[in-house]
Amino acid sequence: MLKTFLIGLKDVRLAFRDRAALIFMLAAPFVLTLGLGLVTGRFSGNGGSGLSDIPVVIVNLDDGQIGQSLVDTFQSADLADLVEPTLGSDPEVARRLIDEDQAAAAIIIPAGFTRSIIPQQTDYTATGSAPEAVQIEVYANPQRPTSAGVIKAIVDEFLSRVEEGRLGGEVSILQMLVSGRITVQQAEAAGAAMGQRLQGQPASDALAIQINSSAQGGAAVPFDALAYIAPGMALMFLMYTVSYGGRSILAERSQGTLPRLLVSPTSSMQILGGKVFGIFLTGVAQMLILIVASSLIFQLKWGDALGVLLLVLAAVFAATGWGMLITATARTTAQVANTGSAIMLIFGALGGSFISLEQMPLPVQMVSKITPNAWALDGFTTLGLGGTLIDLVQPIMALLVMGTVLFAVSVVLFGKKDLAQK
Amino acid sequence: MADILEVKDLVKHYGDFQAVKGVSFNIAEGEIFSLLGPNGAGKTTTISMLSTLYTPTSGDATIDGHSVTKEPMAVRGVIGVVPQDLALYEDLTARENLVFWGQMYGLSGKSLTARVDEVLAQIGLTDKAGNRVKTYSGGMKRRVNIGVGLLHKPKLLFMDEPTVGIDPQSRRAILDTVKDLNQQGMTVLYTTHYMEEAEELSDRVGIIDHGELIAIGTQKELTRQVGESETLVLHVGENDDSESLASALGGVAGVIKAEATDHEVSVICPEAEDVLAGVVTKANERGIKIRSIDIREPNLEAVFLHLTGRALRD
Repeated sequence: MLKTFLIGLKDVRLAFRDRAALIFMLAAPFVLTLGLGLVTGRFSGNGGSGLSDIPVVIVNLDDGQIGQSLVDTFQSADLADLVEPTLGSDPEVARRLIDEDQAAAAIIIPAGFTRSIIPQQTDYTATGSAPEAVQIEVYANPQRPTSAGVIKAIVDEFLSRVEEGRLGGEVSILQMLVSGRITVQQAEAAGAAMGQRLQGQPASDALAIQINSSAQGGAAVPFDALAYIAPGMALMFLMYTVSYGGRSILAERSQGTLPRLLVSPTSSMQILGGKVFGIFLTGVAQMLILIVASSLIFQLKWGDALGVLLLVLAAVFAATGWGMLITATARTTAQVANTGSAIMLIFGALGGSFISLEQMPLPVQMVSKITPNAWALDGFTTLGLGGTLIDLVQPIMALLVMGTVLFAVSVVLFGKKDLAQK
Repeated sequence: MADILEVKDLVKHYGDFQAVKGVSFNIAEGEIFSLLGPNGAGKTTTISMLSTLYTPTSGDATIDGHSVTKEPMAVRGVIGVVPQDLALYEDLTARENLVFWGQMYGLSGKSLTARVDEVLAQIGLTDKAGNRVKTYSGGMKRRVNIGVGLLHKPKLLFMDEPTVGIDPQSRRAILDTVKDLNQQGMTVLYTTHYMEEAEELSDRVGIIDHGELIAIGTQKELTRQVGESETLVLHVGENDDSESLASALGGVAGVIKAEATDHEVSVICPEAEDVLAGVVTKANERGIKIRSIDIREPNLEAVFLHLTGRALRD
């Protein structure tokens, strides 16, 4: 056990003496975080939110109250710092503004939107079927993915609340009608009343971009774009670190230090365990340095400290599993380096380091679950938005299971490898 | 002296290739034993099996009473290994390297610190112990490489061609270190393809070629195998056909054997003076100009040539 620890410590020391490795492990994620933070306006000086005054064009063609409620939401005091809405009347003009990069997104509320959600008796056709559903269009600016994503998130949250209210009302009235507690006439009256209430409700609710944190007494926690960017970059370059560590196993074989270890009174398991421990320690050190540095320099609040620590440990564990698998399947250090670089970029893209997973198609979101990046980023975002340890159970468990499976496969593959032969 | 190493019918195959073909020999405690042979003869493979790095295809060896195949961990505790290629962490200092390797051999605390200081003094690097190994010269790296093998005071030290590719000064220092270690009681198994090193260091020599141990004994015992023969070394011009001269010299009266290597022809004969005139005549007949002639007393080179028909450096 002691030798395993000593081998691990030696590897950490070597990793942090390698200037090229340090550039990838620490400088690159830091610089990219800084760059993306500048792009998203995080450092523009508004102090709280990383995003501010997002220009959005709203075209409300609806004559009902729900459409107006959505407009009111964007014009509310709660979102005054975050968004800068402009009202328009022509959808084509609004879309052109987006194409010309004059706003982050256009929200086009179609005519009859309210009545498609809460139909009046006059809206039903002769056959008794409900009027056709119409949908709000969010025309996003691809050059401002983060800002557009924020606008889309606000609209999605608004709609989900409307939908929840509508479905809840429908189910309740239906159950009362089936059980004979109310008559058909009473049901119609109750439905109309619920519709009226629903139309007036959304704007008064908590806003989509805020979540209520129980840890902070229900106070709203502002969204900081950097709370997404910084862990995204750190996790992407964590994959570099684990492949670098894996590469060191094969490098030690070719430079003769591994055979030398094998002829010392140290078992193969102690040596392999030490190498794995070294990769793990290096990854943890890298993540913690980036977290502390971004907290001090960018004033970034990562959230609950214990949650951050446990999530870092779980993420590095899973990433180390990938590093070991890459090494176990490679023959040369060059193969590990090439595969590791490819995996770093693929996992970075798949795991949401560049674009939020929510903005990706469902199949991509599904595939992203094989990456430590996606699970860990989910956890870090949760923490950044005020989540607590309880909220991290799923991502941490997923990361631990991932790491365990990868380690098991790697051990089997290493068993077939001749570590003594150069 | 009791034998510290007993090797019996050691065999190593790599697929169809037989790297070591049934090698057997013993080394007594306190001895310097050299395995002498050209590159690819099987020296490193033999040492790799004896140091438990490779598992023999068949055969076994015992070191200090422990079988290399059945008790590898016990064997590793009593041997030290100085590999042919440098096996160091170049981004660590010499002291950090020695401390790490000492820890791998179970040393710790004050005894580790004291031993590291001793070894640094022994290899002459006390003053530069805090410099990273990558800043050292080739010879200094070789000395650290040797130092690592000495940390735990092994009973038997394997040194696999430790002087390859270094300057004469560092080579001299390494050979002196080996002699010092031996005088302190350490048994050494030394592999080399330099005849001079084997002659200078060894109590006994094993000559290995193509994976077979073809001769073993003291230098006297081995040279006796080529009789009282001397070797006449003719240095010829770069454009001269040394092969045809060697072939022609085979027919000269008194010549036992003649072999050509790069711009030299080695002629083994009982008395050099007796054949000298005939040799020069044959060279003149072929228009080959002899630039210089050396007469060498019987040595391991001659033994190797006698046993294999090839020069050691081939």
